[in-house]
Amino acid sequence: MAEAATIGDGRAAGWKKLRRRLAPWAPLLVLLALCIAIALVNGRFVSLRNFARIADAASIPLVLGLGVTFVILMGSIDLSMEGVVAFAAIILCLLVANGANANDFGLLGALAVLVIGAAMGFANGIVHVGLQIPSFMVTLGMWFVGIGIGNAILGGIQVRVNDPLIRALALEQFLGLKFQVWLALGALAVAWVVQEHTRLGRYIFAIGGGEDLARLSGIRTGLVRIATFTMAGVFYALAGIMAAAQQGSAFALIGGGRLFTAITAVVVGGTALWGGQGGVLNTLIGVLIVVVLANGMVLMGVSPYVQQIVQGLLIIAAVALSVDRMRAKLVK
Amino acid sequence: MSTAAPAPALQLVGIEKSFPGVKALQDVSITLGVGEVVGLIGENGAGKSTLMRILSGVYQPDAGNIRLHGEDTVLRNAQDAARRGIAMVFQEQSLLPNLTVGQNIYLGAEAQFSRMGIVQWSRLYAAAARQLAKVQVDVDPSTITGDLDFATRQMVELAKAMTLEEAGEGHLVILLDEPTSVLEQADIDILFARVRALKARASFVFVSHRLDEVLALSDRVYVMKDGGVVAELPAAEADTRQLHQLMVGRDRHSEYYREAQQRPFGEKVLLETRGLCAGAHYRDVDLTLHVGEVLGIAGVIGSGRESLCRTLFGFEQPTAGEILLDGAPARIAGPADAVAAGIGYVPRERRNEGLVLFLSVAANMTLASLRRVMRHGMIDHAAEARLAGEWVERLHIRTPSIRALCLNLSGGNQQKIVLAKWMNAHARIIILDHPTRGLDVGAKEEVYDLVRSMSAQGLGVLLIADTLEETIGLCHSIMVMRDGRVTRRFDAPSGAKPRQVDLVEHMV
Repeated sequence: MAEAATIGDGRAAGWKKLRRRLAPWAPLLVLLALCIAIALVNGRFVSLRNFARIADAASIPLVLGLGVTFVILMGSIDLSMEGVVAFAAIILCLLVANGANANDFGLLGALAVLVIGAAMGFANGIVHVGLQIPSFMVTLGMWFVGIGIGNAILGGIQVRVNDPLIRALALEQFLGLKFQVWLALGALAVAWVVQEHTRLGRYIFAIGGGEDLARLSGIRTGLVRIATFTMAGVFYALAGIMAAAQQGSAFALIGGGRLFTAITAVVVGGTALWGGQGGVLNTLIGVLIVVVLANGMVLMGVSPYVQQIVQGLLIIAAVALSVDRMRAKLVK
Repeated sequence: MSTAAPAPALQLVGIEKSFPGVKALQDVSITLGVGEVVGLIGENGAGKSTLMRILSGVYQPDAGNIRLHGEDTVLRNAQDAARRGIAMVFQEQSLLPNLTVGQNIYLGAEAQFSRMGIVQWSRLYAAAARQLAKVQVDVDPSTITGDLDFATRQMVELAKAMTLEEAGEGHLVILLDEPTSVLEQADIDILFARVRALKARASFVFVSHRLDEVLALSDRVYVMKDGGVVAELPAAEADTRQLHQLMVGRDRHSEYYREAQQRPFGEKVLLETRGLCAGAHYRDVDLTLHVGEVLGIAGVIGSGRESLCRTLFGFEQPTAGEILLDGAPARIAGPADAVAAGIGYVPRERRNEGLVLFLSVAANMTLASLRRVMRHGMIDHAAEARLAGEWVERLHIRTPSIRALCLNLSGGNQQKIVLAKWMNAHARIIILDHPTRGLDVGAKEEVYDLVRSMSAQGLGVLLIADTLEETIGLCHSIMVMRDGRVTRRFDAPSGAKPRQVDLVEHMV
């Protein structure tokens, strides 16, 4: 009897160990399984053209996801991206060659837009840290501020973007992939370097692991928080530029629906909502899961309404699974 | 005693309780007569809290009997204990500040005032007023609890305990756990008067660090040490000196604390405070820490020693006095300033505040000094790995690799990583807040070795230890604090260490 119990325990421990070992790879396994399943149902999934289409669809969510990954790694949340995207896209369209005024600042205009994104992120951070307001509330406000300013500037109309360089992002290709895909991969590389090789990246993980502890180690956590929100703002602004290029114009609701996709991707990728675990490569996998799933459903002719339901269930399932994973680690 | 002596209100016979690796209670027998107040004293870790938790039904004893009014009883859980008339008045008050006094008194017991699911508040408040009258507190039960001062809240807590009289079986057993630790003398007098007045309806177990109060209030006193009862004596025949002796009295093993390695410390002063005050926490603290000195601060909870360390690390700002680093006045506005000034802090809550569990061994070691492994603005992972490898070797840290998450290491190895973090950051002053808490004997010895080697390297160490033995064994000098003031300083050179009883005398 006692013997049996011991053996059972050993097996349970082994299973737990295996589970713990596999947990970091779970998102990748899900992605592979998803690809195989879709390919089995619909052969058209496996084609260079379809892969290019997936890469294309993934580029903007990836850039947005990278920005918010850092915020989530800190254990905070950033809901402002749709506002920043809208504001950035509109300002971009008004600065480069466009259909509404005589401006033609080209790349300088794009650079100015990144600075604006940084400023909005900085505002998020400084209010959050300075006034000790939860990031959830501050960024919720900033979301609406961004869209509001966009509407105030345009009065509800659209501005066409005529700048060939910006348009090229969505129209020109290099090695079979659109420029915007390469731009997104560049953003991923930058984010990875920040995460792995800078103090900011290390400190973000430390804060997510325990803010008191980070402070006890002499880290100026307030500054790290502000820097992280600022950096996130730059990523959103970049996504705003890409969105304007893709649409060929800018309007106040250009960011609509992107928040949900980005946060779903981060969570599905395995970055913990309570911070400290995960990273930008997880977000890459998460974005691919979300985009591949959407692509597969389109190929299979699933109705858009059902697609939305599936996406909603996906984010809940991902959180449910990751919570379980967390417990297995924290509770001995 | 009358001819037919009534059964004692509470009797514990041969209670045993173990936790993994620790024998918390062994063969504890205590008797509490009807209408009696029994004092329970002992050092931190003597087993008082465990015993209280068993009595309030939170823990189950491994062996032994609990007899209530002569009948063997099993206290299945806290509700069960309450139903049988055992109430606990906590040191940290258990009242919810946002509710009214009446709501707190009958929290969880509203059913008796409800009709068809609707609570009739007027009836509840009337009943609450009767409970408050029992302890003679003049408070309107509809007052919001958070608006009351601490002493009054303590009385409300007592009133809440008295509700068990009606709910249960009459005569109560009330456990008072350090009820006076934050009260002013006038309030303590009132509390004691109420307790004496209630002796007709309840028996009390009084746990306190303040021996004079224990002697003043109790009829008999039990002294606990290392999980057992070492003495039982009538309060009228005891004095504090005698109790001190009984609480400690064990031989110190000089070997264990590496006393042979204790070298005289240097002349140079690293850290000094002059007349340092922090509100109600501590007053007029003068402290000097030399190169290579291990300075212990002894004191019970509420002595102000924790708060003092928090000030030195920049968590709290002093309200008066000054801090000098290397002889020059310094302002430590936050932990970042402290770290920049070469101060390291090893917190008590190792798993929450000591290291990031989901970061690697290497990343935790460099957390306070990342600048040192930066090259061209980037973290040099190779340099970091080299550094971490050296520390792993030097401190004999047992880890599968330097990239392993700290989560998977044992407590002793985690603590070594925290210490490595500060040595790596070239901290010159290290504040150790209960550095051996929760470690097994072997790991403790390794920490003691490390403290000795830090001292040999000229670091100044400020130690708040788990036990007096540890304080005496490790330190060059000891500062004793009581109620926020330094009451005594001892030199503790190797071979001429003060005795525990000398320290305790100035602690309580």
